[in-house]
Amino acid sequence: MGNGVDDVSALHLVLSGDSTLFAIVRLSLVVSLTATLVAAILGAPFGALIALTRFPGREPVIVALNALMGLPPVVVGLTTYLLLSRSGPLGAWGILFTPAAMVIAQTILVTPIIASLTRQTIEDLWAEYRDELAGMHVRPARRVLTLLWDARYSLVTALLAGFGRAAAEVGAIIIVGGNIEGYTRTMTTAIALETSKGNLSLAIGLGVVLLFVILLINTVAWGLRRASERLVT
Amino acid sequence: MCVQAGATLLLDSVTLTINAGPPTVLIGPNGSGKTTLLRAAMGLLAPTSGRISWGGSEQTPPTKRAIVFQRPVMLRRSVAGNVLYALAAAGTAHAERHRRAGELLRLVGLESLARRAARRLSGGEQQRLALARALARSPDVLFLDEPTASLDPAATKTIEDLVRKVSAAGVKIVMATHDLGEARRLAGQIVLIHLGRVIESGAAEAFFAGPASEEGKRFIAGELLVQEGSGLS
Repeated sequence: MGNGVDDVSALHLVLSGDSTLFAIVRLSLVVSLTATLVAAILGAPFGALIALTRFPGREPVIVALNALMGLPPVVVGLTTYLLLSRSGPLGAWGILFTPAAMVIAQTILVTPIIASLTRQTIEDLWAEYRDELAGMHVRPARRVLTLLWDARYSLVTALLAGFGRAAAEVGAIIIVGGNIEGYTRTMTTAIALETSKGNLSLAIGLGVVLLFVILLINTVAWGLRRASERLVT
Repeated sequence: MCVQAGATLLLDSVTLTINAGPPTVLIGPNGSGKTTLLRAAMGLLAPTSGRISWGGSEQTPPTKRAIVFQRPVMLRRSVAGNVLYALAAAGTAHAERHRRAGELLRLVGLESLARRAARRLSGGEQQRLALARALARSPDVLFLDEPTASLDPAATKTIEDLVRKVSAAGVKIVMATHDLGEARRLAGQIVLIHLGRVIESGAAEAFFAGPASEEGKRFIAGELLVQEGSGLS
């Protein structure tokens, strides 16, 4: 946040519509929402699959999935860095220190959260629906879609948990993004930087913005959920 | 046919023929095996030994059977949405579904509640909706598992009237109840089950005029049929 903004109050930055600040907010949202979307596409069907199938080693898989919800972001960042660095197996992609690398790191963090919460949600709903769907002779593929659709309001909570994890983490994206001003700097990496520089008022201001954005997204999601629930539950 | 769960014999050497015609009512105390017999006949439970044949064949398509459970689970959709779902599962052409759903909802008297969330219906209304869902596949045989248990007299009468209407339309009703009054009102054929065994079966009129078995006499007299040694001491 150079160019003399360090001494300006965070409130003024927000109220004046500072373009640098809003670029940071925009990038933060794009990276975290993209990572949550990709994680949902990967994690929700995987969670549903585990919920609805029985195979040897299923319980260890569930335990491992639950444990992966607590993946340390710096470890994910380091692993992703090693994969994407020039000498790494995916070095040819040339995406280290780009927003794409940040999305990959956050997707790795968020996928187990969405998969695990989906697994639990679908398993509970399956226990409730099993007889009815069998009685209606619903085909297996349609059963999965039905469960995912009917559990959609609970799954929104899983998505919000995943988004919260992505939006709040700093350890992974600062390693693979590099915190490059105007390119890979997000709210959390900017907060870390400004704090280390002693710009506490700016760091606090960014923190308030971050909290506000997360609160806003959760409020919108909650409102949509409540409005839809009145129609179908 | 025998059905065993672990060490417990749920159905013990049951041999039974159910003919087309007026409703067949399975009576017996709670835990006697009525629900297990219905579930096995529906194909939701595999017999441990023995077999079930339909018109002399074991290959009758399961689509010709439908079931309404004692506590039907409403899908998280509107009333009409539940019927449309059952119609889709039954393979009804898309263009036909809305017309057919309207017919079924009219039949069970829920047309005015079509857009209401199914889970917000009363117990009696949910039973009627479950009946509409079951009829969505135009079954030859409809299994009803204690459809009026825990309903008030008015709701019970509505369900019983529907059962008569569906039976008169040519659908074979096989129904479990422990309510003797209901059995008298609806049954063409009675099957008395106790401790997983068919004690006697035959025309309802003959059964209520004079049961052939000691258990039948005691059941009609209102005595409690309990397993010896199961009482509290």
